[in-house]
Amino acid sequence: MKVIGKDIQRVDGQSLVRGKPVFADDIKLKDVLHVKILHSPVAHAKILSMDTSKAEALDGVVAVFTHHNFKPHYYTTAGQGYPEPGPRDIRILDSTVRFVGDRVAFVAAETIAIAEKALDLIIVEYEELPCIFDAQKSMTAGFALHPKAGTSGIHDIDKNIAAHLEAELGDVEAALADSAHVFEGTYSTPFVQMAHIEPHISLTWLDNNNRLVIRTSTQVPHHVRRIVAEVLDIPVSRIRVIKPRIGGGFGGKQEILNEELVGAVTLKTGRPARIEYTREEELFAARVRHPERVTFRLGFDTNQLLTAIDLNILEDCGAYGPHALTVMSVTSQKALSMYKAPNIRVNGDGVYTNLPIGGAYRGYGAPQAFFPLESLMDEAAEQLGVDPIELRLKNVFQVGDDIPIAKILGEGREGFPLVLYSTEIAACLNEGRELSNWDTLRAAKQTGRFRTGIGVAVAGQGSGIPGVDMGAAFIKMNEDASFNLQVGATDLGTGSDTALAQIAAEVLNVPVEKIIVYSSDTDMTPFDTGAYASSTTYISGSAVKKAAEACKAMILEQGKKLLQVETAEIVDTDVVGSNGQSISFSDICIKSFYTEEQAQIMGTASHLSYDSPPPFNATYAEVEVDTLTGTTRVVRIVSITDAGQIINPKMAEGQVEGGIPQALGMALTEFMPFDDKGRMLNLDFNSYHIYTARDMPELVVRFVDSHEPTGPYGAKAVAEIPINAPAPAVTNAIYNAVGVRIKHLPVQPEQILAEMDLK
Amino acid sequence: MLFHSRSDLFQLSLTVNGKSVDREIVTHLRLLDFLRDELLLTGAKEVCGAGECGACTIIMDGQTVNSCLILAVEAHNRNIVTIEGLRDTTELTDLQQSFEHQHAVQCGYCIPGMVLTGEKLLERNSYPTRDEIKYELSGNICRCTGYHKIVDAIEKCSVTDETQIEHR
Repeated sequence: MKVIGKDIQRVDGQSLVRGKPVFADDIKLKDVLHVKILHSPVAHAKILSMDTSKAEALDGVVAVFTHHNFKPHYYTTAGQGYPEPGPRDIRILDSTVRFVGDRVAFVAAETIAIAEKALDLIIVEYEELPCIFDAQKSMTAGFALHPKAGTSGIHDIDKNIAAHLEAELGDVEAALADSAHVFEGTYSTPFVQMAHIEPHISLTWLDNNNRLVIRTSTQVPHHVRRIVAEVLDIPVSRIRVIKPRIGGGFGGKQEILNEELVGAVTLKTGRPARIEYTREEELFAARVRHPERVTFRLGFDTNQLLTAIDLNILEDCGAYGPHALTVMSVTSQKALSMYKAPNIRVNGDGVYTNLPIGGAYRGYGAPQAFFPLESLMDEAAEQLGVDPIELRLKNVFQVGDDIPIAKILGEGREGFPLVLYSTEIAACLNEGRELSNWDTLRAAKQTGRFRTGIGVAVAGQGSGIPGVDMGAAFIKMNEDASFNLQVGATDLGTGSDTALAQIAAEVLNVPVEKIIVYSSDTDMTPFDTGAYASSTTYISGSAVKKAAEACKAMILEQGKKLLQVETAEIVDTDVVGSNGQSISFSDICIKSFYTEEQAQIMGTASHLSYDSPPPFNATYAEVEVDTLTGTTRVVRIVSITDAGQIINPKMAEGQVEGGIPQALGMALTEFMPFDDKGRMLNLDFNSYHIYTARDMPELVVRFVDSHEPTGPYGAKAVAEIPINAPAPAVTNAIYNAVGVRIKHLPVQPEQILAEMDLK
Repeated sequence: MLFHSRSDLFQLSLTVNGKSVDREIVTHLRLLDFLRDELLLTGAKEVCGAGECGACTIIMDGQTVNSCLILAVEAHNRNIVTIEGLRDTTELTDLQQSFEHQHAVQCGYCIPGMVLTGEKLLERNSYPTRDEIKYELSGNICRCTGYHKIVDAIEKCSVTDETQIEHR
């Protein structure tokens, strides 16, 4: 292959290193109104009255919006397929607020300062209501956080259960009763911030035809169009969503978070409008990773083979449930797609509380699965007296295995059968064992203040949502044998524009520079569900491959007509006829435009897959625990991934290298404490600590040879898989170092100091 | 200058990317907003607004500073260089090339700040160690890359002979 598997320079690299104005807010709109949101200062209250007269009287204020301005209409902010699998439980503005940060009102003004001042002048009378900050207690609180009238899709309103799932294969109780060994553990994962460094930014204006243009930092332009049309009650045809360059998303921009607000301002005033979340708003009022409390029971037979996996999930979905069902589904799907067990069962509840709203965050429920699963596997290995790597190798799914959970538990409905066509998890584990010096470090005797430990964990993910995610592509040819590639797929910083260009270039026998990528704009590019669920390379990439093949077929047909031959073949960038004559791609296009057999050479294709091949990863963590302070420093991470054929090795490495510190943050440094009123306490990057360059351990990142027969050129996904295994690898390493089993993240030094066992 | 009285205004003179600029501004205007909104130099980004992330890094009189923490009036009579003015030709600097070659860029939002910080480091220290580079970058937050390839880009640029960059 000429360009697949090569470190092709990014198609957008030059503009980014120059700081070109490519992001949403890098354009200035004339007469723009600045929009600010009044967020609820209380966690649960009924709004008795609102007086906006002083705000409206302030010089420079153009409009103030409260719930009185909108008809009660419930929707979901989740940028997902339609009909959405989750509950419809949120309004653009409501007369009840349900968490500190909920929207109370919004203001449009001539400057940001005036808009902020206007917020201070809005007088709101709240009747405070009892609050629930504990998902378990929420189910028996005796009062409902959401109304019955108007909402839909909520599993059990009275018990505050937004979503519920259960599935069983075989007979788990019987199998556990018959098992030689049963291990049980309850673990919890915390709220975590996506912390994409570009905040949520949206700009709107009316074009010359009175259509609403939305330029927004989104991962899901087509879902933005659909949902804004619904919320503002205007036709889809009146909306154009432009996705400019995106400054990171990680799932946080799979949400319709403020597009509908600026849209409302522009429709009402006729003027352009702009909103940009501050970092503080990002932290307390945007979206977070769902905390989950997960209990696993694992049964093993006398040969150390799994007999049963029982999984119980309690998910805190926060005040609203946009991703309540599907995040929990992913937790169970991924937990039950790693190891083969004849009996499996899952039972899960996603429960409302008066805390921030759970959204989509890289891994999407899978980190919540693998921290407990891989911790308990480590414990099981110790109890069974077997090497943790060996125990995993014995139990992982193999090529040809059916993964039954995929069929019984889909995206809010029954799923599709999944057969594993590719897995190199054994190669990942074995290569990592060497590169991490596992055997040496494991055997090392520890003394002194600083104790070193090594731990391992494995994980899987998916490649798109089977039967749901659809991507489409359009390719057209130009005179110089360059091609415009128009995709609905959304590069949010991952490099997907480059990867998709590589796929098109490989098919069309041209260098990547000849592929001009445009992504994405609902007026210009075909539909794509968007950049989430690790779908772009696998799903959109397949669409690009098929569109390029269609385009190539048309080049050949035009070539044959121009050469006046019945048969011909493509050799590099020429069509060579059976009569020995040839014509270049460029000449074919020029003639097709201007002189003979006139036609635009182009290709279009859509792609949907009922497969979602899991990429796999093995992560080895070497840590150093300070026994004086209880703090843990990660010294080295070895991360070995099977992502099928790698389209661009350097870019794929970048995905893994970037996923690791996000995972380590969840394990060690990122923490959202709340006070007893539900107010988040650390509202800046100084106190919400994401990894900086100095915190980084040494990274060893490798990919094993692998080929996925259903993927474009053999590719699987790579975006989310690196974030799943580092946390349990670290906590397993802590156990190895000081004998403390961590069951709740983030790791608390106090727990290590209290429980360490210095042999 | 809507909504401001004369006493709020200041006649600012400074040099930005080699050109002298004279503007009447409101005194409370941050340098970041002056650059982005008045001069349309949008390479510097607002990410935290509190000096924690370095995305708004610019060079003032030869020093990297967070332009969100500086009032525009403090830049009076000063010399400002932004990512747009790093070089007065269309060529990339060696470090910008190195960022590209090493795939140090993912979303790119932090990159102008990273490049400027790297440039100033290499000016002071031609051969920084990886630890020195990480120390220098500790005021610039990136959520995409894990910093690995950004450190690579600076490390591999720490030579004066341009031809060596390709081969390292």
